[in-house]
Amino acid sequence: MSDKIIKKEELTNILKALKETYEVIAPVKENGFYSFKPFKDGGNIDLNFTNTRLSPKSLLFPQSERIFEFNLDEKSKDGYIVKEHPKDYPPSVIVGIRPCDAKAFKLVNINFDNPEFKDPWWVKRMEAMTFIGLGCNEPSSTCFCTSVGCGPFNEESLDVMLFDLEEYFLVRALTEKGEKLLKQGRVDKDVDEGLQKKADELRIKAEKKISSSVPTDKLKEKKINDLFNAPFWDDVAFACINCGTCTFLCPTCWCFDIQDEVTKTVGDRIRNWDSCMFPLFTLHASGHNPRPEKVQRVRQRFMHKLNYYVDKYNTGVACVGCGRCVKYCPVNVDIREVFSLMNGL
Amino acid sequence: MADNPYLPYPVKIQQIITETEDKNLKTFKLVFLNKEDEERFTFIPGQFCEISIAGQGEIPIGIASSPTEKGFLMFTVNKTGVVTRFIHNMKEENIIGIRGPLGNWYPWEKMEEKNVVVIGGGFAFTTLRASIVYMLHPENRNKFKDITVVYGARSPGLLLYREEIAEWEKRDDINVHITVDATDDPNWPYNIGFVPTVTEQKITTSEDSYALVCGPPIMIKFTQPVLEKVGFTPEQIIMSLEMRMKCGIGICGRCNIGDKYVCKDGPVFSLAQLNELPKEY
Ligand SMILES: Cc1cc2nc3c(=O)[nH]c(=O)nc-3n(C[C@H](O)[C@H](O)[C@H](O)COP(=O)(O)OP(=O)(O)OC[C@H]3O[C@@H](n4cnc5c(N)ncnc54)[C@H](O)[C@@H]3O)c2cc1C
Ligand code: SF4
Ligand code: SF4
Ligand code: FES
Repeated sequence: MSDKIIKKEELTNILKALKETYEVIAPVKENGFYSFKPFKDGGNIDLNFTNTRLSPKSLLFPQSERIFEFNLDEKSKDGYIVKEHPKDYPPSVIVGIRPCDAKAFKLVNINFDNPEFKDPWWVKRMEAMTFIGLGCNEPSSTCFCTSVGCGPFNEESLDVMLFDLEEYFLVRALTEKGEKLLKQGRVDKDVDEGLQKKADELRIKAEKKISSSVPTDKLKEKKINDLFNAPFWDDVAFACINCGTCTFLCPTCWCFDIQDEVTKTVGDRIRNWDSCMFPLFTLHASGHNPRPEKVQRVRQRFMHKLNYYVDKYNTGVACVGCGRCVKYCPVNVDIREVFSLMNGL
Repeated sequence: MADNPYLPYPVKIQQIITETEDKNLKTFKLVFLNKEDEERFTFIPGQFCEISIAGQGEIPIGIASSPTEKGFLMFTVNKTGVVTRFIHNMKEENIIGIRGPLGNWYPWEKMEEKNVVVIGGGFAFTTLRASIVYMLHPENRNKFKDITVVYGARSPGLLLYREEIAEWEKRDDINVHITVDATDDPNWPYNIGFVPTVTEQKITTSEDSYALVCGPPIMIKFTQPVLEKVGFTPEQIIMSLEMRMKCGIGICGRCNIGDKYVCKDGPVFSLAQLNELPKEY
């Protein structure tokens, strides 16, 4: 399918048309911050953002999700039997996702959908989701996507890409899923040569605007124990207060906990986001804790992203360079510096 | 494994056996509620399950019975925290769940035609019991050469599976060395001394052997040099590890040592494998 063009003000109507078939999710500004929310007919969508504060990971992996249910009535036939909680997986489309956040879904997918075990909730939501990306004309000073295998107009994890050309969007279908969606939304006007050229220039300009970079070339050859026992971890961890903001905001952090909650005789099994920054994460019942100290937990976060993941899956680092952890860390722990330390060891 | 790997199979507690005099260890014999689940559940000694109690949560527990024992599964649980305490107060006929089998197993193929030395301490004898019962089964016994067991506890009343071990004692196709740290029983017929000391006395060769070692960290720490002294290489020393777990299937990110998930890539590792990993367990 050749590239299409739409006028910016047409977008709302296209999304309205898509709403007949899809759940539409779009960036919305609330209380001064952007996040992804269901699109309302009134048009709450707001594409004037650099990056949402929260990553969109909760769309496939909710922060808290009921996974099973049960009743604790001994007289009932199915008392104490844990059962699946019925769920819907309607076809959905996320509009305006940044290429880095889309790539993060791809990186995390390796964990939730592997040859031995499939996480049913993640897999079904992933299947039902279509990703309409929005290229970044103005990357932020904390973005370093181009040095971790992504980029402001990286297409690899998207179904459709939007190029913001002032009064127009150039619309590029990248997959069959994307083509189907454009047909559904009746996006069919071919782009002219001038705008096509403008979009190409935009991409090149944006890549040049990424001012921040990290070295990764030597990470693959590093030995796990050399990095683990490196002398710099105390310095890296010194200021960290183990607040967990970094793992909470990070689009590639996926660790979770499972808890049962009971009210009288009925209960739910719930899965919640968790964080390797917390001491309880690894505490054994015996009192033994393999990571009792802050420095061990900080090391775990960086080792996981820049070494363990790299060695295990051979698809590069588990970081897409979105810069959230850099921007929101209250004490300025900066993963870009840790890249340099680990790569340079 | 069920289609949804998080969904437990419903099982009934058929029998509860109090194992130790301090009543901190109980063995639970479980039977499947559904025949199809039982048929699907095939396992190899060394694997574990998540035992699931509605309203309480899930705990990883090694499978203490052998696949050669049909019609039930056996788990021996030490009372420590929330879920283990709760299951200790449950009754026969109560309904719980299990997920599994999970994790890897002892290297049975490599151990064929070899001597097998089993060294256990305290309550970490559960999957070792499964392994011994498995090896002693008439269909399997001639796959292995000598089987030698060193098993110790703090006192006689804290030994697991005592009657069964006494039966093994009497057989001539297995050498069993039971030991306790101390006892005031003047007629105690077995050894007195720590597991590493008894190992040093009884295990004098590493030739053609594998050692399966499970126990508290202190026991492992002092047993390892004893084995190395008689020539066991890191490849010949096999251990089973514990980590705090949730999913048991390598997804929740909780139980890693370096790039290995103990729940999926383990819990069984050779010392050679562990030497390659960060010392963070
Ligand atoms: C592979 C494996 C095999 C095991 N086999 C046995 C066995 O045969 N018999 C036995 O008594 N114990 C065994 N354990 C240890 C047992 O899992 C813990 O004692 C148990 O989880 C404690 O749960 P709790 O709810 O009573 O404790 P709490 O401290 O209240 O724990 C809360 C939760 O934390 C997790 N947790 C806490 N400690 C551990 C731990 N050491 N290992 C894993 N998860 C933990 C569990 O999810 C638990 O529900 C095994 C552990 C592993 C990893
Ligand atoms: S956001 Fe900063 S202070 Fe908070 S846990 Fe992460 S690195 Fe530590
Ligand atoms: S580690 Fe930081 S920069 Fe990298 S993906 Fe996570 S939040 Fe973004
Ligand atoms: S327990 Fe979830 S990854 Fe091992």
